[in-house]
Amino acid sequence: MAQFFAYISHGDGVADDAALEMITAAKKIDPSASVTAIVTGSGPDLDKVANELTASYPEVWKFNNDALAYPNAEVIRKALVNNLPADCILLTTHDTLGMDLAPGLSIKLDSAYVADVVDFEGLEGSDIKLVRQEFSGQVSTHVKCDAGNGAVLTLRPGVFPADESKSASGNVVDKDAGDVSTKRKYLEVVVAEVGDVDITKSEILVSVGRGIEDQDNLEIVHELAEAMGADVSCSRPIVDAKWLEKSRQVGTSGLTVKPKVYLAVGISGSFQHMGGIKGNPFVIAINKNPKAPIFQVADVGVTEDILEFIPELTEAINEAK
Amino acid sequence: MEILVCVKRVPDTSENEIEVSKDGADIERDDLVYSVNEWDNYAVEEAIQIKDKIGGSVTVITVGDEEAEEVLRREMAMGADNGILLDDEAFEGSDGKGIATILKAAVEKGKYDLILTGAQADDGAAQVGGMLAAMLDMPYASLVNSVDVSDAKKLKVGREIEGGNQEMNEIELPCVLSIQTGINEPRYVGIRGIRKVASVEIPTYTASDLGLGADAVGAGAAKVKRLDYFVPELGEGAEMLEGSTEEKVAKLIELLKAKGGIK
Ligand SMILES: Cc1cc2nc3c(=O)[nH]c(=O)nc-3n(CC(O)[C@H](O)[C@H](O)COP(=O)(O)OP(=O)(O)OC[C@H]3O[C@@H](n4cnc5c(N)ncnc54)[C@H](O)[C@@H]3O)c2cc1C
Ligand SMILES: Cc1cc2nc3c(=O)[nH]c(=O)nc-3n(C[C@H](O)[C@H](O)[C@H](O)COP(=O)(O)OP(=O)(O)OC[C@H]3O[C@@H](n4cnc5c(N)ncnc54)[C@H](O)[C@@H]3O)c2cc1C
Repeated sequence: MAQFFAYISHGDGVADDAALEMITAAKKIDPSASVTAIVTGSGPDLDKVANELTASYPEVWKFNNDALAYPNAEVIRKALVNNLPADCILLTTHDTLGMDLAPGLSIKLDSAYVADVVDFEGLEGSDIKLVRQEFSGQVSTHVKCDAGNGAVLTLRPGVFPADESKSASGNVVDKDAGDVSTKRKYLEVVVAEVGDVDITKSEILVSVGRGIEDQDNLEIVHELAEAMGADVSCSRPIVDAKWLEKSRQVGTSGLTVKPKVYLAVGISGSFQHMGGIKGNPFVIAINKNPKAPIFQVADVGVTEDILEFIPELTEAINEAK
Repeated sequence: MEILVCVKRVPDTSENEIEVSKDGADIERDDLVYSVNEWDNYAVEEAIQIKDKIGGSVTVITVGDEEAEEVLRREMAMGADNGILLDDEAFEGSDGKGIATILKAAVEKGKYDLILTGAQADDGAAQVGGMLAAMLDMPYASLVNSVDVSDAKKLKVGREIEGGNQEMNEIELPCVLSIQTGINEPRYVGIRGIRKVASVEIPTYTASDLGLGADAVGAGAAKVKRLDYFVPELGEGAEMLEGSTEEKVAKLIELLKAKGGIK
């Protein structure tokens, strides 16, 4: 069987949560898989992460190089291509670094590529059978991936349970990145602006999505929020349309919120949106499509047209006061 | 600057409920409303804005069938100068790598300084841009939400990363960028605009025009094969409130009060 690798990102000397999820995923492909972790970076933080990972991985490849101090995918890709065996199976995360790194890596390794995998159903010969979603989670597909010449697979964060066994007592192997010159230079990270209302501190959120259809209709959402004593947050398309500030966006590329109650109106429930909701709040979804994926993860669902339902709800709340 | 923008025709998920066909082989496509992939509109708008600033041309390209021509015309109505359709039975069943291989062959027939794709399309794979860049040996940046073209040799681009933070990079031309939504406000195209470009000729290239053999693209070359579609049973799902609208409202208020959802 091919060798398994897991490329693991890290920050402030701590490995990404996905580090332990990738072990579970690899075992779902092949129960006998022995996975080698790969970390890149420079300085003491890198050493710390590499050591932390030896608890879970029998071998940890450490690439210590100033050019890797910031995780620039163009540089990391070269380091990996210089070192990985051609027919290996490499797992990493379907996040903003994975999207930058992995598709091109599969081309350079001449291996198969599947993004955003949510489940594995094992191995038949050199074919990996797996599950992914399409159309923003409205349908799923079984996919067969021929890994005979290797495969690069990115995993949806948070769906594979973490392997907490931590019984590997592995060792760290220093690796030479080789020639990592690139035509893309990292400059700096500009931190997102803080808004007028800090939704990360809100206890009750009314969160509005594309189902609101028109900027003028936002009025009814504000009225509902006021009646409930809630703050208004939103999904990404509302920010893209410049109807609300970026500081109101919930999700992986927005803010992480931890309310007690999250009322989602006209939101389909993409994983990038739901990824920003933490702390296990009570989630209520109102959506006119009974098959909207958000109903799979919400606690309570209402199939209604929000343009008609929200004003009635607001009125009834105000009357009950 | 000569700019190529890759666009894909996709079922519009905000307009449609996607249903799996009876045998699970495909989704029900008959009644679907198709449009251009959301991300690609932002890419085309960005290309047009760059052209307006520093000159050059914008070409839109798609791998698809005759019906995909409508998305090319739509983007030309926005202001793209040329359209190219890549259409051949041999392309059917291509995986992401197959699509990138076809696009690469078409890129090499022209001369482009900048190639834009959307960050992702309906499959949510976010794969084609990065693959194309690697095949062309060009530098790549994904999830781009700002492009500064003040230097003729290199661009300053922002990438949107976790938490909405922006990672600034310098990238040499020629390069491939995948564009994230929100980078601009794509202009509106009316019926009149589309009518204006209705008779503009759109060249079609086949596999042989592009010098592509059946072993390089299509179902035969695909290492990744979709076996079926299904709707998963995920956990218990939500408790759905039933009854008249009034009853739902009353039940909801009760729940909100119980859970601390009304202050
Ligand atoms: C009937 C049918 C059968 C299929 N069978 C398979 C299969 O067996 N195996 C498999 O792996 N896939 C299959 N596919 C999906 C498929 O062909 C590719 O995954 C796909 O075209 C690439 O799209 P994506 O959504 O992954 O693109 P992404 O990588 O998510 O899209 C990013 C960007 O790439 C560009 N792009 C993507 N597609 C095109 C295009 N066609 N033309 C121009 N630019 C484009 C756009 O700029 C887009 O914004 C099938 C599709 C259909 C409709
Ligand atoms: C790298 C990356 C990062 C991303 N980060 C984020 C993020 O941080 N946050 C985020 O939200 N998204 C993010 N996205 C986008 C995400 O993938 C989805 O596109 C987005 O979340 C969809 O928003 P939505 O649910 O509002 O819209 P849609 O998916 O279009 O859903 C609209 C819903 O409204 C319903 N509806 C329509 N009309 C009505 C009506 N009258 N009454 C009731 N219901 C109605 C529809 O049935 C549908 O379910 C990201 C994407 C990428 C690629």
